[in-house]
Amino acid sequence: MIQATTLNAGQAVAESAIRIVNLHKRLNGKPVLNGVDLVINRGETLTIIGRSGEGKSVLLKHIIGLMKPDSGSVYIDGIDITRISNKELAEVRRRFGMLFQGAALFDSMTVDENVGIGLREHTDMAEEKIRAIVKEKLAQVGLFNVETVKPAELSGGMKKRVGLARAIAMDPEIVLYDEPTTGLDPINADAINNLILHLKNSLKITSIAVTHDMVSAYKISDRIAMLYGGRIIYSGTPEEIRNCDNPIVQQFINGQARGPITDGDNNPGNG
Amino acid sequence: MIKQVVRVFGEKAMFFLHEAGSYSLLTIRTIAAIPLVFRRFRLTSEQMLMMGVASLPLVLFTSVFTGAVSAVQAAYQFRGYVPMRYLGTAVGKAVIIELGPVLTALVVAGRVGAAIAAELGTMKVTEQVDALETLALDPVKYLATPRLVSGLVMLPVLTIFSNFVAILGALFVSIFFIDITAYTFLNGVKLFFDLKDLFGGLLKSFFFGGIIATVGCYHGFRTYGGAEGVGLSTTRAVVLASVLILISDYIIASILFG
Repeated sequence: MIQATTLNAGQAVAESAIRIVNLHKRLNGKPVLNGVDLVINRGETLTIIGRSGEGKSVLLKHIIGLMKPDSGSVYIDGIDITRISNKELAEVRRRFGMLFQGAALFDSMTVDENVGIGLREHTDMAEEKIRAIVKEKLAQVGLFNVETVKPAELSGGMKKRVGLARAIAMDPEIVLYDEPTTGLDPINADAINNLILHLKNSLKITSIAVTHDMVSAYKISDRIAMLYGGRIIYSGTPEEIRNCDNPIVQQFINGQARGPITDGDNNPGNG
Repeated sequence: MIKQVVRVFGEKAMFFLHEAGSYSLLTIRTIAAIPLVFRRFRLTSEQMLMMGVASLPLVLFTSVFTGAVSAVQAAYQFRGYVPMRYLGTAVGKAVIIELGPVLTALVVAGRVGAAIAAELGTMKVTEQVDALETLALDPVKYLATPRLVSGLVMLPVLTIFSNFVAILGALFVSIFFIDITAYTFLNGVKLFFDLKDLFGGLLKSFFFGGIIATVGCYHGFRTYGGAEGVGLSTTRAVVLASVLILISDYIIASILFG
């Protein structure tokens, strides 16, 4: 059993791509993140699980600098992105790809323009080459001949795939997945899980997913961390988390309506 | 009681200062990115099409009737006091200095300001603005600056069309309903015509274009809470843009013509 990882700011972790140290964030006066410590190793897929409204997406947005913490740090390869300029942050972000919960495709653009936007804006590549890359990335996510289609004409599953193609278009080192299977039927959800696994195996990227879909979490993760009460209360492999004796984790992963979470036991250190 | 009044007043004042500061900061950032607009001119030209060309029919329609009613009203007030040969002068001055720029701006604020706030608001609540940031693209440079440049260019252009069509509307009414010849009316328009009036009106519309675009972007970017939030932002954008247009109209008129 591996308990929640606690790190000091100075602690060196050679294999870590991302280190989150004592992260605090309040929204509308309510603490959402309450001292999150987490390490994500290079090349691994970490899934953050937790109830809806627990702050999983907020944590993900801190990792890519979309939100600033009240205190604490987020290190990306040793660079604390909470203390760098917007210009430097933009440079760091170019190493990321992100799949949003609702795909967040640009309505006014075609699929080709959506997937190729990063390449067109940040590189001097010829248009033919960009089109070829867009086609290749769409093929990687199992989509063909949709380049000229607008997002409104796509199904939910196809939107997620296009979002995924956009996330990997710039060959990122780190990909963030915000609820990758939410809103999809089980078959489409499994197809997205397979894509995430395929991308991990073929591109060797570091991945962080947030979800409350345990089927997805078990399938895609090397490690699963549970966010509860604004802190990571447990982290381990899918096998370890299945067998852990923490009642909060057990209630969540087994989807039980009664238990310490719903009984108002708000002591995240329990276990 | 007094303590509570002071507290409420203080909170309102702080809220106003916060809003004014945030709006000013966004405006400064949007203006600062104008030199980069040519790198992505397609974004600006698309906005010009939406803001200018697509607004033209509505602007022309309202301008015809604005000119027509100003002729009817002026003729009513002149009757028995001022010779009708000055009707063109009064209508021309009113249209070029005031009615053309202000009514065009108010119509465009209702149509385009609302559209900007709704579009950016929807992008905000569907995380498209966040998606731009994760792609290392600055939403201000990518979304706000093209809209600002488009507003600054297209409002004066629309105002020129509006002025022309409003005077035509007034001419039509004068000929067919007030019984003045086209020659008399147009002579009246030319009588005290001053280029300063025309450029003053166009300068106003330049500022109005900036107000419509920046207010629309400001309320769009700070939208939250789904469809209800988008609706609220749209309403707020139109109301604030209309109020700022009328306030700035007075300030610019006082400086230029006071």
